[in-house]
Amino acid sequence: MNQVKSRRSWSLIVGLVIISTITLVTLISLVWLPYPIDNTDGGRLSPPSWSHLLGTDKLGRDLVARLMVGARIALSVGFSAVLIAGIVGLTLGMAAGFAQRWLDESLSALLDILIAFPTLLLAMLIVAARGSSLTSAIFAIGLGMSAIIARLTRLLVKRVLAKDFITASRASGTSWPRIIVLHVLPNIWPTLIVSFALQFGLAGLAEASLSYLGLGAPPPNASWGSLLQEAQATVMTSPIAAIAPGLFLVALVIGVNLIADGLREIADPTLRRSR
Amino acid sequence: MNVLEIKNLDVTTPAGVKVVSGVSFSIAPGARLGLIGESGSGKSLTALAVIGLLSSQLKASGSVLLGDLNPQEILGAPERMLNTIRGKVASIIFQEPLTALDPLMKIGRQLAEPLRRHQGISGDALESAIIEALTEVRITNPARIAQSFPHQISGGERQRAAIAMALACQPSLLIADEPTTALDVTVQSEVLALLDSIVSERNMALLFISHDLAVVGQITDSVVVLKDGVVVESGSLQEIMADPKHPYTQDLVKNARVLDDALNIAKDGK
Ligand SMILES: Nc1ncnc2c1ncn2[C@@H]1O[C@H](COP(=O)(O)OP(=O)(O)OP(=O)(O)O)[C@@H](O)[C@H]1O
Ligand SMILES: [Mg+2]
Repeated sequence: MNQVKSRRSWSLIVGLVIISTITLVTLISLVWLPYPIDNTDGGRLSPPSWSHLLGTDKLGRDLVARLMVGARIALSVGFSAVLIAGIVGLTLGMAAGFAQRWLDESLSALLDILIAFPTLLLAMLIVAARGSSLTSAIFAIGLGMSAIIARLTRLLVKRVLAKDFITASRASGTSWPRIIVLHVLPNIWPTLIVSFALQFGLAGLAEASLSYLGLGAPPPNASWGSLLQEAQATVMTSPIAAIAPGLFLVALVIGVNLIADGLREIADPTLRRSR
Repeated sequence: MNVLEIKNLDVTTPAGVKVVSGVSFSIAPGARLGLIGESGSGKSLTALAVIGLLSSQLKASGSVLLGDLNPQEILGAPERMLNTIRGKVASIIFQEPLTALDPLMKIGRQLAEPLRRHQGISGDALESAIIEALTEVRITNPARIAQSFPHQISGGERQRAAIAMALACQPSLLIADEPTTALDVTVQSEVLALLDSIVSERNMALLFISHDLAVVGQITDSVVVLKDGVVVESGSLQEIMADPKHPYTQDLVKNARVLDDALNIAKDGK
């Protein structure tokens, strides 16, 4: 039991350390960057040196500065998209989960369409309507994610509502709002949190592919994903330009998932027993 | 006035099958009634109908009047009205205590919910009410059980905790839907004895559901026999044991006798 407990807190601690580091870098980037983000004085593709710790890109921009801005974008895309998915997705999912048959069926059909609809196409539509910006990308990613979260929420709610303890709770006179707070949310949360963490990581990757098509953050700002794609062409001459953003992206995804794992085991005591 | 009065209860599935049909019986305050029938005979649906918990897909008709001082019609009643009755006028214990308790909530907190709502207490008073409620159902280590999750305690302790929850709002009718079927034999008789004494102490009415005449015989004095959703026989336990009219009841009685004889032989053999 103790062993399991320490393993659980370890994943939470490691995850928190990783995410706090990325958050700290983001905060610093708001007040200080080693070079302005559009400064091209460093010479093209210069190798790591004291003046440019990780070298420069093919336009001569400092890679450290670009990575720091990338952290900002990764976090804001992740958080905003997950926030949108949290509000829109949870609401739709709960509504469908509790609804009578006809409403449930129409909501589910809507969600199926949204899920089948590629995020890329959605992003193009939103960009066409609002112009290309990071916000457009976030909306597109958040809406695509909402559909996934909503469908999962609906399924989880339906599954919990069919449980005997809901009937037992109703039998003792508990009102629906109280049942939602006491039983439904706590029981769907352990699964949802993991899905949110996964989506958080995927949001960064989705933003990268949108940027690649010019639908994401406008240059000279760039997400880690787009840094990775830019570095593709020159990976032989300056591998560090591809490795650094890649490592950060992986660290972000792992960090968020470790936190989710730790939170899930705190939320679900039945997991603590035998693993 | 009766605490429960069921008249001509029909329950129909979406496919149009009548799974409960023309069921009528009543229970006087403080009286005990056994509802007996094989699996699928409609016992649980009848119990759920009594506290207005039938799934919305099932159609119920007839009349279910609950409460002796101020009888209320349950069928078709709005949820808000039902919530004032559930737990207080009638409450229910289910067959499987593991699934009837929320796996993510400590026993004490689950028990706190109806206690708090019914008695309007909180803080230390609530804590001691929880311990008291667990003690009443003869849980030997109430403080530890209150701090445990359902998967951390034994089946017998879980069913006792579920009974404590059902008793929390001091109902005048307790419905027990096969409360001992999921327990092993020694625990079964302890839980039966517990129900027996609490029901007498609190002077509650009891609707005891089972497929086992021998079990029903230990706790109630009159029975209603259900087969395929229809009441085929009802009366005092003695009458039915002495002179079962319906072939299904004759079978039940014969089986209970065989078991009884086997037990007697085993005893004499010792
Ligand atoms: N929601 C439902 N929709 C359709 N049919 C149902 C539904 N619930 C129960 N039934 C059917 O109604 C019949 C009676 O069910 P019920 O649960 O009352 O049986 P029971 O007497 O309690 O049996 P058991 O001893 O196995 O618990 C069964 O044939 C069952 O399949
Ligand atoms: Mg049943």
